[in-house]
Amino acid sequence: MGHRSDHSPGRIAFINARLLDPASGLDAKGALLVEGEAIADFGPALFKSGVPSGIETVDCRGHCLAPGLVDMRVQLREPGEEHKGTLASAGQAATAGGVTTMVCLPNTSPVIDDMSVVEFVARRARKLGLTKVYCYGAVTKGLAGQELAEMGMLAESGAVAFTDGTQAVGDAQVMRRALTYAATFGLLIVQHPEEPSLARGGAMNAGETATRLGLPGIPREAEVIMVERDIRLVEMTGGRLHFAHVSTAGAVEAVAAAKARGLKVTCDTAPPYFALNEGAVGDYRTFAKLSPPLRSEADRKAIVEGLKAGIIDAIASDHAPEDEDAKRLPFAQAAFGGVGLETLLGVSLGLYHHGGMTLLDVLRPLTCAPADILGLPAGRLTKGAAADLVLFDPERGWRVDSDDLLSKSKNTPFDGYLVQGRALRTVIDGRTVFDAAHGPED
Amino acid sequence: MNPFLHRHLLGIEGLTRPEISFLLDRSEAYVEQNRGVDKKKALLTGRTVINLFFEASTRTRTSFELAAQRLGADVINMSVSSSSVKKGETLIDTAMTLNAMHPDALVVRHGDSGAVKLLSEKVNCAVLNAGDGAHEHPTQALLDAVTIRRRKGELENLRVAICGDIAHSRVARSNIHLLTTMGARVRLIAPKTLIPSKIENLGVEVFHDMHKGLAGCDIVMMLRLQTERMHSNYFPSIREYFHFFGLDYEKLAAAKPDALIMHPGPMNRGVEIDSEVADDIGRSAIREQVEIGVAVRMAVLEALLAPPREGGA
Repeated sequence: MGHRSDHSPGRIAFINARLLDPASGLDAKGALLVEGEAIADFGPALFKSGVPSGIETVDCRGHCLAPGLVDMRVQLREPGEEHKGTLASAGQAATAGGVTTMVCLPNTSPVIDDMSVVEFVARRARKLGLTKVYCYGAVTKGLAGQELAEMGMLAESGAVAFTDGTQAVGDAQVMRRALTYAATFGLLIVQHPEEPSLARGGAMNAGETATRLGLPGIPREAEVIMVERDIRLVEMTGGRLHFAHVSTAGAVEAVAAAKARGLKVTCDTAPPYFALNEGAVGDYRTFAKLSPPLRSEADRKAIVEGLKAGIIDAIASDHAPEDEDAKRLPFAQAAFGGVGLETLLGVSLGLYHHGGMTLLDVLRPLTCAPADILGLPAGRLTKGAAADLVLFDPERGWRVDSDDLLSKSKNTPFDGYLVQGRALRTVIDGRTVFDAAHGPED
Repeated sequence: MNPFLHRHLLGIEGLTRPEISFLLDRSEAYVEQNRGVDKKKALLTGRTVINLFFEASTRTRTSFELAAQRLGADVINMSVSSSSVKKGETLIDTAMTLNAMHPDALVVRHGDSGAVKLLSEKVNCAVLNAGDGAHEHPTQALLDAVTIRRRKGELENLRVAICGDIAHSRVARSNIHLLTTMGARVRLIAPKTLIPSKIENLGVEVFHDMHKGLAGCDIVMMLRLQTERMHSNYFPSIREYFHFFGLDYEKLAAAKPDALIMHPGPMNRGVEIDSEVADDIGRSAIREQVEIGVAVRMAVLEALLAPPREGGA
């Protein structure tokens, strides 16, 4: 895959590493050998008696070496809105954040409801040789929520699952048919769980803060009602459904109950929903205007608990670049969304530092869990698998400064936030594509 | 002896194996008669058959008309547009009016499932279901069975695939009842959106992949995709439907080499079936189905209207 530029794949030994593989539960000091584009070997016993000559050696100095992150929810803005973000800028941001695989939403222009767009994105991404990019296909043509897109043929051309992106499939009959039709081919539907009529016109979480600020609210029930409706539809159709970025206690509760009943339901959340609450909107900060909106502290705690209990399967960055024109507006008029690729790992490691989760527990929803949900060959240390790795220091502290972000748009809700944990090196197919010591490569 | 003791033919469901076999045997006799020079018999002289079609259908109506005429009956065709006649009282009013004219048989097609049954309860004559909504189309299933039997010798143990819009197909339902009653093994192949719930309970196997579903099949029965339903989200596009579920030589290769191709017509070429396959005289029985349709309808009219006779055929 990809071009090699001036990197020499060869054989590289990563020694003195803390090997972390949530898929197998491995957490031990050891080494890892990359041969060409693949992982040749790894483990505590490897290179115990030294690295043979002729092998390039990377001394990890005790830092953590884990599978590269798999980010299941990224908006690329290319094709169509390149002034907000491009495959190249997202690729740079992703590799700096330790993300080696990302899956992009179909809300591009043109919409990814046609095979040619899937192929365009794949071709562009291969050419860049940065983070690996997969696509979601649209559930409905033009994301209009009316007619089904050609899911079967889109899947054949490489779409890994289907979603209408930042819009919910609001019509219950359309959702029913989508789940049923997708089940014909064993395909997964990903829903933005928000009842559109309840959320219409809202700018932030409905509650005391919205009332004080005089902003129109989006009730948490908009999320819960959609989750509960769709769970009934999954039960009815036998389909597979994933809820994106759950943000409320009620949604976590509903998903837990559905899983207990054996339904094929999964969900993810994003760092803002376990690290921030609606207070971050503060003095009308539009960078904190997200979809779903930042919720109450009680909801935030429920998301942390949902992650700990494994009810929430994955953590995605929900990377949504918006340019200044879209954000420098009165709060109610500003666009929803925040960038997240570069802060994904650091903010998530807060769950290890303050949330009582182990490193493996934090990494699981960032690696093998999303890969498994989408059926991607990524997110675990396996001999013979692609050498997609992240070397990180969980202790390294830094302050998020939106100006320093590599992403083309800088709209992070974490601007000024103190983070503990940072990617030092990102390896894709055996090539180092990011090295914190030297800045991003490629 | 005529073992067919029913007053009406409203569906295949509920018919016994001997009853079905009797109708098939009689149909075969009429196939030969229809191929001869002298096609007309005086068996039903003096009888009146009214074709009452609430839904347009040239082929079925013509087929019934010919069948009745060849048996010597008088035939009246009545087309009633469904917009002018609605369900309930008006349908019954029509039935009562026609009943007052003392017909011997009403051949009825109606867009609503169960409408033919409702009508049959209000008249004194025999009622033949020529298709009611998505419920049954018994003479189509009978003519399909005759066609299969003539090509394959028997129905028992044959593996039959019925492919396409099962959800809205009366042809599929009648065929499922007939084929399973006669000991064939029936498979349904369609996207999940076109498979109605719990249909496995009718004794069929369900597939969503043509290659898997057609594997080892003796008969491939394609259904017409109802074009009026194409925007109801049962599938995304004709292009995608044909790609996954349209019958072409590539998919047909999974079936037995001598598998027979059938279609109740009219066909949407390039939608549910590739033209080349449809016109393959070596494998397609589609034209034969039309021919046999007349014979089957003669057999059914005979069974319901003919005076009792001794010694069978």
